[in-house]
Amino acid sequence: MQTMITLDEILNDYIGRKRDALLPVLWDVQTAFGHIDAEAVHQISHTLRVPEADIYGVISFYTLFHDEPTGETIIRVCTDPSCGLAGADDMLNGLCSRLGIHHGETTVDGQFTIEHSACLGLCEHAPAALISWRGIGEQSIAPVSDTDVLLNGTDNAQYESIIGGDAPVLLAGVDTYAAQRLKNYGDYVALRKAINDSSPENVIAEVEESGLIGRGGAAFPTGMKWRFTRQATGQPHYVVCNADESEPGTFKDRVLMEARPHLLLEGIALCGYAIGAETGYLFIRGEYPEAMQRMQAAIDEALEVGLLGDNIMGSDFSFHIEIRRGAGAYICGEETALFEAIEGKRGFPRIKPPYPTTHGLFGKPTTINNVETLCAVPGIITNGAAWFKAFGTEKSTGPKLVSVSGHVNRPGVYEISPGITLRELLNDYCEGVTGELQAVLMGGAAGTFLTPDEIDVRLTFEDLRKAGSTFGSGAIVVFNTETDLRDVLVRLGRFFRHESCGKCFPCQLGTQRQVEILERLDAPLPDDRSRLEDIGWTMTESSLCGLGQTAASAVLSAIEKWPELFEKG
Amino acid sequence: MPEADDNMITFTLDGEEITVPEGTTLLEAARMIGKEIPVICYHDATTANGLCRVCVVDVNGGRLLQPACIAECQHDSIVETRNERVERNRRTILEMLNSAVDLSQGEAIQEMMMDYGVDESRFPDAKRREHDIHDDNPFYVRDYNQCVLCWRCVQVCAEDAQYTFALTLGERGYDTHVATAFDIGMMDSPCVFCGQCIGVCPTGALKPKTEWGLEQGMSPDEIRQMTRIPRRRKENTE
Repeated sequence: MQTMITLDEILNDYIGRKRDALLPVLWDVQTAFGHIDAEAVHQISHTLRVPEADIYGVISFYTLFHDEPTGETIIRVCTDPSCGLAGADDMLNGLCSRLGIHHGETTVDGQFTIEHSACLGLCEHAPAALISWRGIGEQSIAPVSDTDVLLNGTDNAQYESIIGGDAPVLLAGVDTYAAQRLKNYGDYVALRKAINDSSPENVIAEVEESGLIGRGGAAFPTGMKWRFTRQATGQPHYVVCNADESEPGTFKDRVLMEARPHLLLEGIALCGYAIGAETGYLFIRGEYPEAMQRMQAAIDEALEVGLLGDNIMGSDFSFHIEIRRGAGAYICGEETALFEAIEGKRGFPRIKPPYPTTHGLFGKPTTINNVETLCAVPGIITNGAAWFKAFGTEKSTGPKLVSVSGHVNRPGVYEISPGITLRELLNDYCEGVTGELQAVLMGGAAGTFLTPDEIDVRLTFEDLRKAGSTFGSGAIVVFNTETDLRDVLVRLGRFFRHESCGKCFPCQLGTQRQVEILERLDAPLPDDRSRLEDIGWTMTESSLCGLGQTAASAVLSAIEKWPELFEKG
Repeated sequence: MPEADDNMITFTLDGEEITVPEGTTLLEAARMIGKEIPVICYHDATTANGLCRVCVVDVNGGRLLQPACIAECQHDSIVETRNERVERNRRTILEMLNSAVDLSQGEAIQEMMMDYGVDESRFPDAKRREHDIHDDNPFYVRDYNQCVLCWRCVQVCAEDAQYTFALTLGERGYDTHVATAFDIGMMDSPCVFCGQCIGVCPTGALKPKTEWGLEQGMSPDEIRQMTRIPRRRKENTE
């Protein structure tokens, strides 16, 4: 079962490499030995010329890396809201009592380590788990039917993509069990059109005209970002695709990568052509082994036929895409923290300005876009901006993906034309709420709650903003009246405590103080509500990055909507 | 006030119109007119990282407050260095910090706490950050129960001064702490005992051994015993 590889053999592949190879080499060592010990750090320090203390700091930052011995098999069970509703706690506790250990511990025989995990992005198949096999790698399992499958694993792909909606564009032609191969995807039509008939400036103009705005959460106009990067002085320019999808309740980017890898590759290449880059990085979260394998297979296919690589389609445009694997840190979805991770550092967000368009990866002009954003581009170039604008509203153009999970009859990824209401989405597409609706969490852990009275809101960027809510990452988690919202808040609070990077004081301290109060909401102290408000507003107004600025968003919206949750009784 | 030109910025600071060279931070601008904005992590000799956020100020009533240590003065902006919103943020940060760390030897921080009316028992039952005291070398003692995570020691040990790289940050979030690789003792680390980390520590977390010994009530003889090791080492190598 194990591949017997030595540390020397691993390091041989890294001779001459620099610090940006740190996460890849740590992954190789972690996979081979189950942890990264002091001797390995000593050798890596020599090979990459990075101080040992820095390497140790990096290992201890990322949750999928271990500096102490682990079991042959590491089993991680997700306990965030959607999996929590599906009985993840019972699964985790059952597994622990079966093995006679607590989570965070390793069995005496060294066979198993059990951990709980932040959202694994398999919310439509909850409950979910991620297993690491020593010497082999990671496997996602969802839904987890019983503890046997966790201990023994499975030879079968466990889940199929659940998709729906009224306008399959991004999700067109999807085989729900397998990645779309090149022979089904066809030629990179949009890229060929751009290279043969269009200048980079015209590609940017078309994207600007389309009104496409970023799908990762910040909703920045994509064309404008590309223009800023193209115009920036300093070489080289880089494209980075942010596939660190980690917002609890969000799984659309995983489904896109697993089902339509070539659509994403074509979008990344188009961005490279437009901004004048020859290198693109695809940063995929470490919890997505299936997406990573399928994307790598697609890159290999595209290289073989010259759709990527040197002199693409006989032109003077060369473009290479390299996959980088995250190692367990929600903060790396923050664009500058993601750059730090690629550069081989702890995933700390940088101070902005300067912005990535002028000072991004390796300090160079960089466009960083979300997976779904880049997947929207080939259609815009092939069919034109007018075609794209025919979907949605004036300010929310183009098809949009949402990830729906929790108490609906058919959780999954839905492709919608912005403008339908949340009620229509839940009733018509998701086949209705199971039980009686109590609340909807929009935008994931960093989002806000809507009450049953508010679900006639139209799903557009502008309508949601007006309602004090957000598309955010496109996560929609539904709770029926059986759900204890205090329990949901505790899970969100634990998530942020676990994922705060610790750089700025408000978030580092506030995420801890916040969860302490949330955990005692069944018997709150007098003034706990005002404590939560002070913590919440301080994190919102003073934190360094978007994580801290939204770490109290759901709590503050719950205080506004259900103040009684925060009182005694 | 200098004449406004291309390289000068004119804006309003607490109701007073001032003109400063482009690139001036709000912290520097305030000092120019004799106003001190409270800050914990900032030090003139280290790279400013905007960590503590105690120096946040209100710029144009924006949704986010701006850290004065790194935010540059902007043309025609209206800046308030202390209003109700700013006070709530500063007070809450200080209260949360006080519930996590022993701040008793951080003189400047104590003054800030007085100034902002910090309630020392604001967060009852709060988990404190507790650490063993590291007494592992003849030169200095590390008491991370007093560490506020300003990063200055890590910075001077690295690119800001010494390029020794003995220190890093371990773990993350609330559990973040200053560490050596695998928490080895200082004598086994690359530390060259330059002492610069002690010089920039804003609390009592890093302390010369003699000062620490005197605080512990040790006699001069006992302290000499404790700090003799390096002289022995030198004899051995000769």
